[in-house]
Amino acid sequence: MPDKKQDLIDQNLQDLNNDGVDRRGFLKCMAWAGTGLVWTMSGGIPASRAFARSSGKNKDAAKGADFSFVQISDSHIGFNKPANPDVTATLQTAINKINGMSHTPDFIIHTGDLSQLSKPSEFDTLDQVLKGASAKQIYFVPGEHDMLSDNGEQFLQRYGKGTKGAGWSSFDHKGVHFVGLVNVANLKAGGMGSLGHEQLEWLEDDLKGRSASTPIVLYAHIPLWTIYPDWGWGTDDSEQALSYVKRFGSVTVLNGHIHQIMQKIEGKVSFHTAMSTAFPQPAPGTAPSAGPMKVPAEQLQQVLGITDVNYVVSGGSLAIVDSPLGTSGSSGNGGGA
Amino acid sequence: MKRNNVWVASLIAPVMIAILLLLAGSPSVRATDHSSAANAAVKIDNFVFGPQTLTVPVGTTVTWTNSDDIPHTSVSTEGVFKSKVLDTDEKFSYTFTKAGTYPYYCTIHPKMTGKVVVQ
Repeated sequence: MPDKKQDLIDQNLQDLNNDGVDRRGFLKCMAWAGTGLVWTMSGGIPASRAFARSSGKNKDAAKGADFSFVQISDSHIGFNKPANPDVTATLQTAINKINGMSHTPDFIIHTGDLSQLSKPSEFDTLDQVLKGASAKQIYFVPGEHDMLSDNGEQFLQRYGKGTKGAGWSSFDHKGVHFVGLVNVANLKAGGMGSLGHEQLEWLEDDLKGRSASTPIVLYAHIPLWTIYPDWGWGTDDSEQALSYVKRFGSVTVLNGHIHQIMQKIEGKVSFHTAMSTAFPQPAPGTAPSAGPMKVPAEQLQQVLGITDVNYVVSGGSLAIVDSPLGTSGSSGNGGGA
Repeated sequence: MKRNNVWVASLIAPVMIAILLLLAGSPSVRATDHSSAANAAVKIDNFVFGPQTLTVPVGTTVTWTNSDDIPHTSVSTEGVFKSKVLDTDEKFSYTFTKAGTYPYYCTIHPKMTGKVVVQ
């Protein structure tokens, strides 16, 4: 099984080596940490590291940033199995962590699986917790758990006002163009995530006419790059979507679904998946299935977390910092990133 | 004459008893056969339908049970049957009344596929 993991790392390294290096930064080091794959880049290009191990540096990441936003994912409100019997409490910890940051994020993006079973009571609980966040604006895309039974009707009513189709939309913020995509609707037997023809057409149109120097952030629940097809960890028609962003100078793709950090850089496109706030999932191929991973209770907060993204206008770059929930420096007194 | 009648009667009695036994016995035998063929199970475990291909006679009721910590569905690819969302330990049953091959999948995790072959 470790071989598969190694393959994945090798594959990532290969992509980096083949990308023609038109970037200001280069990959300096990469290592597995307790929280997943950790990348460190020079030149202010996306950085991802275990928050607990480098809290000093994280403070610098926010310094000089023109704005920041936070990604949270996979809160699975309603889940109550041994992997985490209290997912509401860990979501609350995540919100406390955001509220304790030295810089208030401009907004929060939730990349799906808000709920476990799309129950109204689960959405209600989520709303109660999110109400306490310092950032008032929250953007959502649905995960497959939010579309159960009713094809996502309820999700759209609650979190998709003003969106199109199954809940896709775009907005601009301080010169950055954000696009929320839905790849969990109308999934086909034997397939992975799917965007569908209508959404792809909309995306092409949405990006048309935008200057290539506009930084682009794409976010969706299931990864928009193929991480592990055996477990459906990819999106069948993501290639098409990515062809529309090729001409842009800086593209960041933020996903959830796999409950762990994974990163890949391909040319000017940085792919990144976030930790869950609810429970961890195994690294690809290291378990019989992608089901919730049980870790000792005292370790749980090290494998759950949030993702803080800092944007610096001058370089057009985004610095991404993943923070586990359980860190010594996270206790609400400005110790955050 | 009388002796003959007794002889006939003694011959008929065991035959009648045997016929009665057969009449009484055969339906119960058939019922036993019927019930063992009429139910079959698919277990959903570790994101896999097991057995992936299930072959059953016409009239069989198949019951899916979700043993995972994550919800799944069992939905016919051709729209023949559709479970509700099955949370942990929840079940869904469908009776197959026509011969044929019935592919199905989990609409939440579409990589999960299975097949019921009805003969």
